[in-house]
Amino acid sequence: MLDILLDILSWILLLGGALFLLTGAIGVLRFPDFYSRLHAVSVCDTLGAGMVLLGLMLQGGLTLVTVKLMLIFYFMVFSGPTAVHALAEAAQVSGLDPVEDDREDG
Amino acid sequence: MYAIATILILVAIAVGLVRAFRGPTLFDRVMAGNMIGTLTVLLVAVLGFMNGRPEFLDIALVYVLISFISTIAVLRVYVSRHDHADTD
Repeated sequence: MLDILLDILSWILLLGGALFLLTGAIGVLRFPDFYSRLHAVSVCDTLGAGMVLLGLMLQGGLTLVTVKLMLIFYFMVFSGPTAVHALAEAAQVSGLDPVEDDREDG
Repeated sequence: MYAIATILILVAIAVGLVRAFRGPTLFDRVMAGNMIGTLTVLLVAVLGFMNGRPEFLDIALVYVLISFISTIAVLRVYVSRHDHADTD
């Protein structure tokens, strides 16, 4: 009984995470400005990856595989925001200023 | 189950590639590269589970760090070459 529940839960988490990755990717495509696209990238990295890895952890059970998945998630949580911060800071330094308000009726 | 997740991740990578090609500034391309890097990590992890090979996770683990280091490296090269403020 328990492993059926685990399978269903990990299936939901895996596909939910994959859908979040997709929404993040579409967000990166359609956002008007570089700085707003950074939001979509970090959503994609942390939330989508977190759900997919969590779904895989449930499949892995209490073995070394789960430890490795936790390590991957651990490094992703630290390296993701740092890379996005470095990106935003480099863009700011080199003079890329954010688009204030480009709506026509604005 | 894994096949569906793999297909979704591949579509997300394709969308990231479109942004990488279309991105006006260099930073869009570096951002798309960073996103594709993390998506590849997830793809390798899911494929490792699909084929029942746990050693794929070591590859995914190494690739998380490499994609982070490569993003920082590209940015440092660009900033060191264009230290004055110009929007390209």
